[in-house]
Order: sequence, then structure tokens, then C-alpha cells
Amino acid sequence: MRSDPIMLSVAFGYLALLFVIAAWADRRAEQGRSLIGSPTVYALSIAVYCTAWTFYGSVGRAAVYGPSFLLIYLGPTLAMLVGPLLIRKMVRIARAQRITSIADFISARYGKSDGLGALVALIALLGITPYIALQLKAITLSHAILTQYPAFPTDILADAGFWNDKSFWVALVLAVFIILFGTRHLDASERHEGMVAAIAFESLVKLVAFLAVGLVTVFVLYNGPGDLFARAAAHPALAQALSLERVPGGALGWVGMLVLATLAFLTLPRQFQVLVVENVDEDHIRRASWLFPLYLLVINIFVIPVALAGVLLGDASLSPDSFVLTLPLAAGFDGLPLLVFIGGLSAATGMMIVETIALSTMVSNHLIMPLLLRSSWIHLGSRLSGGQGELTGWLLGIRRVAIVLILLLGYLYHALIGDAYSLVTIGLVSFAAAAQFAPAMLIGMYWRGATRAGAFSALILGILVWAYTLLIPGFAQSGWLDMALLDDGFAGIDWLRPYALFGLEGWDIYTHSLFWSLLANVGALVGVSLFSRQSRLEQTQAALFTEAMHPELMYRTPLWHGQTTLGELHKLLSRYLGTPTALRILDGDDRQGGDTSAAHSASPALIARAERALAGALGNASARVLINSVVRGEALDLNAVLSILDTTSQALEYNRRLEQKSRELTQISEALQAANERLRELDRLKDEFVAMVSHELRTPLTSIRAFAEILRDSDNLPEDKRHHFLEVVVHESQRLSRLIEEILDLARLESGRLTLHPERLDLADLARRSADAVQRVQEERGVTLKVDTPSSPAEVIGDPDRLEQVIINLLDNASKFAADDQGRVRLALSRHKQHWRLSVEDNGPGIGEAERERVFEKFHQLERQDGGDAPARGRPRGSGLGLPISRGIVAHLGGRLWVEDGPTLGGACLIMELPQAPAEDTATSPFNSD
Amino acid sequence: MNRRQEKARLLALAGLALLLFSPPLILLFDQPSTNGLSWLPLYLFVAWGAVIGMAAWWLERPDVTPREKPTGAPQEERQQHEK
Repeated sequence: MRSDPIMLSVAFGYLALLFVIAAWADRRAEQGRSLIGSPTVYALSIAVYCTAWTFYGSVGRAAVYGPSFLLIYLGPTLAMLVGPLLIRKMVRIARAQRITSIADFISARYGKSDGLGALVALIALLGITPYIALQLKAITLSHAILTQYPAFPTDILADAGFWNDKSFWVALVLAVFIILFGTRHLDASERHEGMVAAIAFESLVKLVAFLAVGLVTVFVLYNGPGDLFARAAAHPALAQALSLERVPGGALGWVGMLVLATLAFLTLPRQFQVLVVENVDEDHIRRASWLFPLYLLVINIFVIPVALAGVLLGDASLSPDSFVLTLPLAAGFDGLPLLVFIGGLSAATGMMIVETIALSTMVSNHLIMPLLLRSSWIHLGSRLSGGQGELTGWLLGIRRVAIVLILLLGYLYHALIGDAYSLVTIGLVSFAAAAQFAPAMLIGMYWRGATRAGAFSALILGILVWAYTLLIPGFAQSGWLDMALLDDGFAGIDWLRPYALFGLEGWDIYTHSLFWSLLANVGALVGVSLFSRQSRLEQTQAALFTEAMHPELMYRTPLWHGQTTLGELHKLLSRYLGTPTALRILDGDDRQGGDTSAAHSASPALIARAERALAGALGNASARVLINSVVRGEALDLNAVLSILDTTSQALEYNRRLEQKSRELTQISEALQAANERLRELDRLKDEFVAMVSHELRTPLTSIRAFAEILRDSDNLPEDKRHHFLEVVVHESQRLSRLIEEILDLARLESGRLTLHPERLDLADLARRSADAVQRVQEERGVTLKVDTPSSPAEVIGDPDRLEQVIINLLDNASKFAADDQGRVRLALSRHKQHWRLSVEDNGPGIGEAERERVFEKFHQLERQDGGDAPARGRPRGSGLGLPISRGIVAHLGGRLWVEDGPTLGGACLIMELPQAPAEDTATSPFNSD
Repeated sequence: MNRRQEKARLLALAGLALLLFSPPLILLFDQPSTNGLSWLPLYLFVAWGAVIGMAAWWLERPDVTPREKPTGAPQEERQQHEK
């Protein structure tokens, strides 16, 4: 099974399968039945993150550095958790601006600067090419192990020409694949459906292959995880294998690696490609935010068992990076090693495909196009101006050449210096390079003030520090430079030692490099931005990026104010995009009203659309230069976007304030209305009250006056009659003064000026005394009074005089309304929870439900059921003020007064409730708390 | 669950994950078990799984209405590029 022909046919057969899948997906896309329109496919395509480095290198790293390999996957988990916020914003920006790569993203953010785009493309090329080399190295190495095992594959490149190296041919096949499926359209912002489908498939293959190795290791080679871990624990070399002690740099190195992985996940060109450019639907991010971390968890679950088993295997397992292969090989499996090889191949090719597409887009749009446009553009233009669409082929050609060159560069790197580094080192150096994009990208997305000058200096400083602290020392360790650089520092200056810059020692090299490079990077971005100014275009772009989630600004680009004709625009578009595309773009503008003569001037919206179409193919910076070349006059209307932004946010703010104001006004007017109602009601009550008072006062006054007049005018009245009249006058005067006294009481109560003198008193005693006082009057009226008070004191706080007034009033009332014959009144005192209740009931007709509250209204007179206005015979009419006054007094003392049905006598029952006085000691002496 | 709340929850979850994955919490679990191997990897996998589970639970709830999708110019424009 491991002979070369079989292996080669399997490997290239697998690549052929990728072609089939990609072709099928592209076909489906053309038919409108997209294969990749699912969040699961999106999540699987993000798993291109797991390269050969994951597949072989994770186990190697776990065997050497313990659990630190997990950090490479915990970081992306953190980034994906905020994906629905962060990546959604990136996708929205990319869609609005037709972003083609991370270089385009950063260049567009800082005013469509071609310099920045070129810088990012260069850094990516410098930092990522080794990473591609790493994949090729993994393929070569795994192939060598598979064919030569159990011999250790040494000098695999030195003794054979490159034509014998399988990875060279793999690179070539991949170049063909990428050219076929990565450059079908010129529009790089167009999705590569075939490629994405193939990548998703590859993610499944590598997952299955790795899980197969893991399951076989744990359950076939060992009797389950318990057995494996027990044996590993017994092995002296593995005693500390899983602890933090193994992690380079300890806890600090741990954090550094976590940050590095988080940032690199967002900024690696291939991750930007699958996360942002290839995203079909924003809502897919939701599913991917947990599904992709889950994928990472699953693919890593057997890393530790495999690493432990590899170490336990001893010398037969060769180097840690190849445990995944050597374990099944040593156990004598036949098919499984081949599956592992395919898994590793899929991990490596997936990464190379996406990375190369991303890099070639950057190289052609940001390195080559600007050069062409600047230097030889005029020659190029004149030489080729005869035909239409000839530049389309040119541009595709540039991109295709770039693809081949990038893969060859990766191969060269691998062939020449690949042996010097271990897999992990190359990967992490690349990560640290990509992380330099993070400040310019992430800060630029949220801080409008970040300027182009700031981004420039940030990227340059960051990458210089990266090179000095990671890249150059790596060269030195490979033997190309004097190791003295590491030990003594540059030019012998001690504090310039690359691994201990400024004397910062004891950190692991990645955390050390990340710290210094990000410090320089972020420091320059913030510092320079604060002291430099943005051009108008930069301001606009900054606003469009930071406010990308603003609904008003969606897809708003600055409009060109200058003049150009349809003919010129058509010529430009068809030269770069081909005539059919140019016609589609121009035809889309219906507002031109069918007038498509070449001399007609193009509308600003049409120019904007043409620019976007060019940006999708050539990148934002070049598109702007091109449009600028055909538009005459005042170029961009930059104020428009900014003013939209300012006015909308201002309008929103005004709106918010207005709403708040109007809410307040409504509340105030409601309150006013309520107060007005209340005043009217009070006014009406006052009028009624005055009318009633006058009426009540007039009645006794009238009779006094009448009798007084009789006494004055009739001198010869008999003595007894005279005496009787005088009695009446005195009686009525008493009634009058009592009435006035009551009115005064009421007025004081209502104005709150009633002064009470509360003191601790025994309500039972008070009730008995009051009953005694009215006993005689009651008897005169033919009413029997029964008093039920407890023998123990009922202590309340109250004004004794006023309370007596209330009780007498209640008794007086009751006797007035008791039954005509055999009238009975009962006074009872009982305890109810924390209160004392004094109830006075009679055996009269009672008070109807509806009347119960009205008896407490002023001057309210109860009507007897027999229709008469007056109380029972021989009983005086009340003023109608007694109960309101009583209730006022009781309320002032913190109690209540209300009417119920009499429980024993069946008539009305008035109940006065007063709170029980607090315990003696606290009430009488508040100062004895100590 | 409204958008603001979802945003806050995701940020909180990411903060929690950061806390769980970094010192000093991981130091607590870097203890040898009875057979001598550290608990740390097991802890990391359990914490990791829990975080993913919570994210899945929140993001896959059926009551979450999809956010507004960008509409307007690009749709029409994208069609132009599709055959």
C-alpha cells in the first residue's frame, strides 16, 4: 500500500477530486442553486485556519510544550464570540466598498491610499510566504515518512532534484487549480464558489482523518483514555507533560500566545478572505460563531492522547511533528497512514489555495497595478487602445502570473531554507507578522481619528520591530548570520539583543516580539494620528468605516461632481472589465432615459457605480485613480457623506431631545389638568360649604330673631310664655355657638392648624368616662347603652379631650338613629392586631352600602327610611359636621374611622381604630436606648 | 432578545471566555491529579466546551429575529455581475 505509485495516484487523485467538487459547485452557482449558501459551509470554510501546522504541528507542540498548542485555537474562539459584532461590521464594510483583500481594506479605510495597500501587500508577502513553504514542507515530509518508514527521512531535498520532490508537483497542480477556480472572473470581490466548496470539503477530510488517528490511538492501541493516561503518568519523561511548566514563558507566555492567535485569526490574509470576502450572507456569521469553535475543539480533542502515545512509543515515533503518521505506521496499519497523509494534504492544500488567492489579489491590485498605472500607463494605453476589453486579459494574466510566482516563492523558501525551522516556528513567525495589521484594521474600524500617516508609521514600525525580534534572529539561528547578534546585540550594544530588547529578559520570544512590535505599532498609530490631519477623502472613508452599521450610510459612497461622458466611461470600463460587463454597468442606469449617446454626460450615481465595479476588480486605490483620469473638474463631493453623517446624527439627537421634551410637556399638562380639576372640585365644595353653613346658621338665627322680636314687641306676654321664649332663644344661641365651634374645628382640621396634644392614655377608661357623660341624655331619649370594655388598659397615643369629643359624638349619633322604641346602643373595645378598635353600634335601620362614605361628607344628613328628614321623635337634629370632624381627628392621630354593619344589634356600626401605643419604656423615655 | 441585549451578552461571554482561558484562573487548575498529570488540559476543554455551548444556545434561539439586511444599491449591482 505504501509504494510510490499508489501514493502518488492517491494524492493526485485527491487533488483531481477537488477539481471535480469545485467545478460542480461553480456549475451549481451558475444555475442559481448555490452549494455554499449555508452557514455550515461558511463555518467549514473558516476551518481553513487549520493547516498542516495544526494537523502535524499541534501534536508536536503538545509533545514538547504541553497544553500551549490549545492557545492557537482558544484565540480564534474569542474572536468568533464577538464575530456577530466585529466580523459582521467587516463584512458590511467590505460589501459596501467592494473590498477584495485585507490590503484593500486598510488602504480604503485610510483614504484609498495606494501606498498603504502596497505596504500591506508587501508585509503579507514577506510574512506569509514562509507559511506556504511550511505547507509544502509538511507534504514533502509526510510523503518521505510514509515511503521510507521506519528509516528517518534525512536530506530529503539535498540528494534529489526538485523534479523528484512531490511537493513541487503538488504546488504546480495547485497553481492550476487556483488559476482555474480563483481567477475565473476579474472581479475579486466576486465569490469563488467552487473554491469555497472545495475548502469546506477539505475541512471535513482533515477532521475525519485526524479523528480516525485519535480514535485508533486511544481505543485500539490502548484500552481507552484511562489506560493511556495511566501509562503516560508512569513514564518519567511525561510527569510534567500537561502542566503550565512546559509552556514557554509560563503564564505570561500563555497570555501572549492567546493575544497573538486572536489577532492573527482576524488578520491572516486567508482568514480575511474566507471570513469577509467570501461571506455570502451576514447571518451566516451567527452559526459560524459557535460552529467553528466547536470544529476547533473537536479536531483538537485527540491531540494530547496522540502526543502522549507518540512519546510512549519512544524512538520508533521519529520527530514529534510526525507522531500522527508514525503511530499508525508503527502499529502496522496499512490504510490508516494513507488516510492521515490525505488529511495532511487536504490541510496543506486548503491553506495554500486560499492564501495564494488572497496574496495574488493583493500583489496584482496593490503592487503591480499602481505601478502600471503610474509609470507605463500611457504607453500601455496607447499601445492597446485599438481594441476593447484587451486589458481584462492583461489583468487576469497578471493575477495568474502572481499565483504561480507566489507558489514558486513558497517552494523556493521551502527548498532553500525550510529545513532550518521547525513547523511551529514558521507558523508563529507568520502569525506575528499578520498581527501587525490588527491595529490599523481594528482601531481604524472604531476610531474615526486614525489617519493615514498614523497607519503608515504603525505598520512600518511594527513590521521593523517584528523583523528585528523574530525574523532576523531566526536567520541567525539558521546559521546565515553571526550568532553574536543574539548574544551581544546589534553592533555589540547589549540592550539591542533581539530576544531581550531593552533588557526585557525571561519572556518567550513570541510574547517578547509581540509586546514590542504591538507597542510600537499601536503607539505610532495613536500618537501620529493625534498629530496629523486627514484629507477630505480620508475623513469620508473613516466615517464610512466607523459608521458602517449606520443604516443611513449603508452603501453611500462619495459622488463625483466632475463631468465625464458616457462614451469615456464606457471606454474605460470596457478596457478593464470587458465590453459585456461595461454595457451591463452602463445599462443599469435607467435614469438616463434611454439616451445613451456617447457624448451624453454621465450621472454622478453612474460614475459611482463604475468606480465600485472597478474597485471590485482592481482595488479601491486603483479604481479611484482610473476614474479620476476620465472625470474633469471638481472631483469628489466629499462633504456629502460627512454632512449626511453629521446631519443624521444631529437630527437623531434633536429628535431624541424633542421627544423627551414633548413627553415632559405631556406629563406637565396632565398634571396641570388634574390640578385644575381638583381646584374646580374644591371650589364647588367650598361654594356648597358656604351655602350650607349659611343655611345652617340662618335656621337658629331666624328663630332667635323671631322670638326676640316677639319679646320686644309684646309687653304684655304672660310670664311663663316669656320665659319659654327666652329659653328658646338661649337654646338656639347655644346651638349656634356649638355650630360655629364645629365649623371652626373643621376649618382648623382642613387647613392643618388643629393642634392636638397627644399623650399616652387608656382608651378603655376614656370610653367608660364618655359613656358615663352621655348616659343621662341617652336615658332621656329612651335608649339603653351597653358598654363592653376590657378590664386591662388599652393604651393608645391620643389627645384625651378630642378623643372624648369623638366618642361622645359617635354615641350621640348612634342614639339618634337607634330604633324608636327599645333603642339600644353598644360600645365595645377590642384589640385587633396592633390596633385598638372602638365600635359603636345601634339597632337602627343601618346605613346602606352606597351611603357609608357619604356620611363623612360635611353637612350630610341621613334620611330616615320613613321619609322624614328628622331623626326619631324627641331626638335633636345634628349639624352634619360631627362625623367629618371625628374622622379628621382620628386621622390626625394616625387612625381610621369607618362604617360597617352592626355585628350584634343589626344597625349601623361606626368603628374607630387607633394604633396601639408602643411599649412603655421606649415611648416615655426616648433617651434610654443605651 | 433584542439586539442591544444580544450584543451585551456576546461581549460578556467573550469576556468570560478570556477570563477562563487566562491566568490566574488556569493556574488554579494546573494541579497534578492522582496519577501525576495536570488537570489543566481537561479544565481547558471543559471551559471551552461550556463557552461554545452557551454561544450556541444564545445564537440559535428561534425567537431571535434576524437583523435588518442591507438593501439597496448593491443587490442590483451584484446581479449585474452574475450571469
